[in-house]
Amino acid sequence: MSELTRLSAAEIAGAIAAGEVSAEEVTRAHLDRIEQVDDVVRAFLHVDTDGALHAARRVDADRAAGRDLGPLAGVPLAMKDVVVTEGLQTTAGSKILEGWIPPYDATITRKIKDAGIVMLGKTNMDEFAMGSSTENSAFHPTHNPWDLGRIPGGSSGGSSAAVSAFEAPLGIGTDTGGSIRQPAAVTGIVGHKPTYGGVSRYGLIAFSSSLDQAGPFGRTVLDAALLHEVMGGHDPCDSTSIPQGVPPVAAAAREGAGADLTGVRVAVVQELGGEGYQPGVLAAFQEAVSTLRGLGATVLEVSCPHFDYALAAYYLIAPSECSSNLARFDGVRYGLRVGDDGVRSLEEVMSLTREAGFGPEVKRRIMIGTYALSSGYYDAYYGQAQKVRTLISRDFAAAFEQADVLVSPSSPFVAFGIGERVDDPMAMYVNDLCTLPASLAGTPAISVPCGLSEGLPVGLQVMAPALADDWCYRVAAAFEAAYVGTNGPLRAPELIGGAA
Amino acid sequence: MEFPGVWPVGRLDFQAVPDHTVDSSTARISRAEVAHLARLARLAVTEEELDVFAGQLDVILGSVARVGEVAAADIEPTTHAVPLRNVLRPDEVGPCLDRSIVLAQAPAVEDNRFRVPRILDDEQ
Repeated sequence: MSELTRLSAAEIAGAIAAGEVSAEEVTRAHLDRIEQVDDVVRAFLHVDTDGALHAARRVDADRAAGRDLGPLAGVPLAMKDVVVTEGLQTTAGSKILEGWIPPYDATITRKIKDAGIVMLGKTNMDEFAMGSSTENSAFHPTHNPWDLGRIPGGSSGGSSAAVSAFEAPLGIGTDTGGSIRQPAAVTGIVGHKPTYGGVSRYGLIAFSSSLDQAGPFGRTVLDAALLHEVMGGHDPCDSTSIPQGVPPVAAAAREGAGADLTGVRVAVVQELGGEGYQPGVLAAFQEAVSTLRGLGATVLEVSCPHFDYALAAYYLIAPSECSSNLARFDGVRYGLRVGDDGVRSLEEVMSLTREAGFGPEVKRRIMIGTYALSSGYYDAYYGQAQKVRTLISRDFAAAFEQADVLVSPSSPFVAFGIGERVDDPMAMYVNDLCTLPASLAGTPAISVPCGLSEGLPVGLQVMAPALADDWCYRVAAAFEAAYVGTNGPLRAPELIGGAA
Repeated sequence: MEFPGVWPVGRLDFQAVPDHTVDSSTARISRAEVAHLARLARLAVTEEELDVFAGQLDVILGSVARVGEVAAADIEPTTHAVPLRNVLRPDEVGPCLDRSIVLAQAPAVEDNRFRVPRILDDEQ
């Protein structure tokens, strides 16, 4: 493997800015790596070789002309296929959008292009971001670089696998109930879900609009922070975008790297642990808490009693919103159309199109949502779930009166085997147990690697109050510095030479 | 635009008594109800799918009905985590997509418009 693919994003950007390497060389090294390993990892749905090289050459030309380069100029990135990209196929992992070429860029796509970040291609995902394993992709599963027989998490499993497998130093995912943090945890990388409204949703294919949030993946906390600063900020095209600047997350990551948490109050959430969690995950988590204490943090316990209802509330709210959002896939304006024989009615063609274009998990959620929003059931299901959401936010508010950050495992499990849970929706849903409360409350949360269990990565989740994303990065960076100082960085196997 | 700048802070009533709005032990959905939902959702599901989905939706709805165990009668619902209200922008014409670009992605086009299957019966 080329040394260039081993570097962090910050190191790559520094080397390009210093003229030690060209952006084109960096991009070619990563395209070569994709060529070598992606037939077994299968992180990408589409690799945009020409577009990537074009973007890299533009960075090199800018540098040659003496123009200012951004802090991530020339750094390659893997983009989740739920983010629209002008001129580049975008499917959201669904047959219903196969072949669709978006006529515009998402705001975050525009921002990464303007920053000189090189988009290598579009990554695999659970269809419309519904899932925790990337097995719900309509195209193919993605394989965890740590063990190719296991899932890379989901729904952003293509991006997490690509970053973990050194196919790209940076990735973008979206997180509705944990779809950045859980894949980051099970592939041994860093992933952050920003405060809801902190990153524009304009051009994200909507799943659950009140929960969806895009965020960064990196192999280091600082890399994720640098990407977050590029992605974040107010966007007039998204009416739920927070009219404020990005929190100072890169500075927080740098400060945290000093590995001093003196005076920081860290609370363990009682409800996010214990029964149902793998012992190896809990052991790694306990060790992480000891590490935080060793860094000077004051560790306490808090109870957030309504977190126990987060799963139930989430699996009403998200399907309800998805049943409404996915009504746009009607076979009229774009995407698939099936059964239009000149005789069938619009309703029949619509129903045949959606039947053929959606996979089973999407259909299940649309029907759950349709049920929960039905007259007569609305108050008992959707309305009640929204009230529980309020109570979960109040649990957070009470906990943040006692603590600066809350911690938990990022997922109850390490990566499980491909195919193990596909036939049991509830067994799949419990993957999100730890990540759902912050999704429902709209608060920021990061997952940082905290060790191995059975030779597979475990993630530490750090949750902060709304708008205080910098606290997630500060604590995660301090933990990372201590962990890497003792154990060295967690790195997936090389995958070359009999990898399959 | 209204933005409070601070997160809503409230106190919990931990002593509240459960109010069983939905009884999770009896939440059940029949195959016929699933067929009705599929129709409402414009999904031409197969007979085999109805069998599978009826069982799965029953389990899922039985599980999510747990939200009914929480006493929340006096609690305001949260629709969005960040309470922004009345987000408006100046009513000005901005750049928009060219018609040919939009229609290029359509499954069927006629006379510069989206062509759709018939929407009315003959007698209508």
